[in-house]
Amino acid sequence: MSRTRNNPLADDLVRPLYHTSVWFYGVALALATVVLCGAAAWAYQIWYGIGVAGINWPVFWGFFLTNFVFWIGISHAGTLISAILRLVNARWRRPVTRCAEVITVFSLMIGAMFPLIHLGKPWLFFWLAPYPSSRELWPNFRSPLVWDFFAINTYLTGSLLFLLLPMIPDFALIRDRSTGWRKRIYGTLALGWRGTTKQWHQLEAGMQIMAVAIIPVAVSVHSIVSFDFSMATVPMWHSTIFGPYFVAGAIFSGIAALIIAMAVLRRTLHLEAYLHPVHFDNLSKLLLLMSLLWGYFVFSERLTVWYGNEPSEMAVFWATQRGAYAPLYWTMVVCNFVIPLTILSFKRLRKLPGILVASCGVLVGMWLERFLIIVPSLAHKQLPYSWGHYSPRPTEILIMIATFAAMTLLYMLFSKFVPIIAIWEMKVGNQRHPPVPVADEDEMAELWKARP
Amino acid sequence: MKAIYGLYDDPDVAQRAFDGLRKAGAADADIVVISSEPFEEHAFSHRQKGAPLHLAAMCGGLAGVVGGYLLTSVTQRAWPLKTSGMPIVANWPNIIVIFELTMLGAILATVGTLLISARLFRRVPALYDTEVTNGYILVGVQAPASASTPQFASALEAAGQGRVKTID
Repeated sequence: MSRTRNNPLADDLVRPLYHTSVWFYGVALALATVVLCGAAAWAYQIWYGIGVAGINWPVFWGFFLTNFVFWIGISHAGTLISAILRLVNARWRRPVTRCAEVITVFSLMIGAMFPLIHLGKPWLFFWLAPYPSSRELWPNFRSPLVWDFFAINTYLTGSLLFLLLPMIPDFALIRDRSTGWRKRIYGTLALGWRGTTKQWHQLEAGMQIMAVAIIPVAVSVHSIVSFDFSMATVPMWHSTIFGPYFVAGAIFSGIAALIIAMAVLRRTLHLEAYLHPVHFDNLSKLLLLMSLLWGYFVFSERLTVWYGNEPSEMAVFWATQRGAYAPLYWTMVVCNFVIPLTILSFKRLRKLPGILVASCGVLVGMWLERFLIIVPSLAHKQLPYSWGHYSPRPTEILIMIATFAAMTLLYMLFSKFVPIIAIWEMKVGNQRHPPVPVADEDEMAELWKARP
Repeated sequence: MKAIYGLYDDPDVAQRAFDGLRKAGAADADIVVISSEPFEEHAFSHRQKGAPLHLAAMCGGLAGVVGGYLLTSVTQRAWPLKTSGMPIVANWPNIIVIFELTMLGAILATVGTLLISARLFRRVPALYDTEVTNGYILVGVQAPASASTPQFASALEAAGQGRVKTID
């Protein structure tokens, strides 16, 4: 097969970088306006103080921390899934990986902003960083919030590099096809890439090592986010199951976000030839698996609390099962378990529209789950005199909406500057694979022989 | 920069050109193969492996362990804080910070070594042809000895369908 026949592939995937529709500008402008409104709301909060938010005694963690946990969870869509698929050499991963890795980087950036917003005085953020200050105070390494600082920064650095490294050959391709300012910018980004055998070997070896390193980091990040809760003796937080429960939930919401992003990209960038129904089908099976796992964790957690019958925990338990938070709780169960199970279990329903409905449901359900972990427990602490309630204020709602707009806007802009599908990886996927020589077959048979 | 090279659209032909250059007396290290995608199933890809990245990752990880230990344990002693009955140097929580810095060290060392050993950022002009972007595989020799140039040219032409170019 002629290698130069791969050019239509590069043409297709580079086209969105050169052609922009009026719709793009319109949507980008609308999203930028929403982001600016969110920024204005944050500025308002900084000016008038954190009191303009709904958080107050005893619920000091409201929408901001809910969104922090939610966005960090969404970040598990990308690098973790991409790294796993890369390690197991799943051939269908090729069009999916970059779409996924971008989600990780942007959602981590957005998620990491919420502790700053929550601080009220974000300019004092540097107090969290370890440096010998005149206050003679050093960050307390026994605090889970300091663990967050290290975990999120490690994951963000790793994910950014994991995204950038395989983009270098694609930057070189665009450099060679461009003129003027594009050539200069992409030439700089390509770092002098030529595509020598040594460079390819180093890149592939580096990506394998990065994939191995990034998986435990991804798992640690959401485990540490769960430790923010489970290290506290707050009812229904102090649980050993929280680490794996949070990680499973993060992957669950991450896959849902990835499916939605892929479906939108497929439609808007006309990538039907690259993002096939089989990719959605495979991801939806993963989504179904995670839905079952999520159900298992929720049941295990609830059963243990109910069986223990500890009064302070039961107060939270009943508040969510049949009290003020019950409508949210049962909506969460329907969104995270009933809808995915119903739609994704049947091949007839497991088509793109059904998969999209299930994915949107999972995003709603997982946001509610984060809210229901945080707020009811803080509102029902051990002593009833300290019980209270929380309702979000417009500032918090506006900031939350703005982050969703920011995520969409960043994703849109990224797809205008970088091919959203790795061109060179797609080319490798299209390579013909020569039959295994007889000598190698014998060698393989030898390897599979049972040894005493 | 002086060079002679062929552009081939079939990796099997590129492999023949590579073998031909070797037979014509070109040293392995002098033969340049450039492509817009890796060809792991062809012998020309399995040379010039570069720096062992796994060793770099391990060294980076080790630096992360040491750095993490110093940052946590040493500074906890230097600025002691009493927190809810926990010891000043609390090893269980410190493991988390040490782990994160270990992985960060491994990742940064891998990427740093990759960028250096793959000779990115190089300023020296190197053999390249933008036709590579169109799917062609470049096989050639940079700065060949004048006496060998005709032999290399015939080897590249004999490989099969392709274009042979010379830079003087």
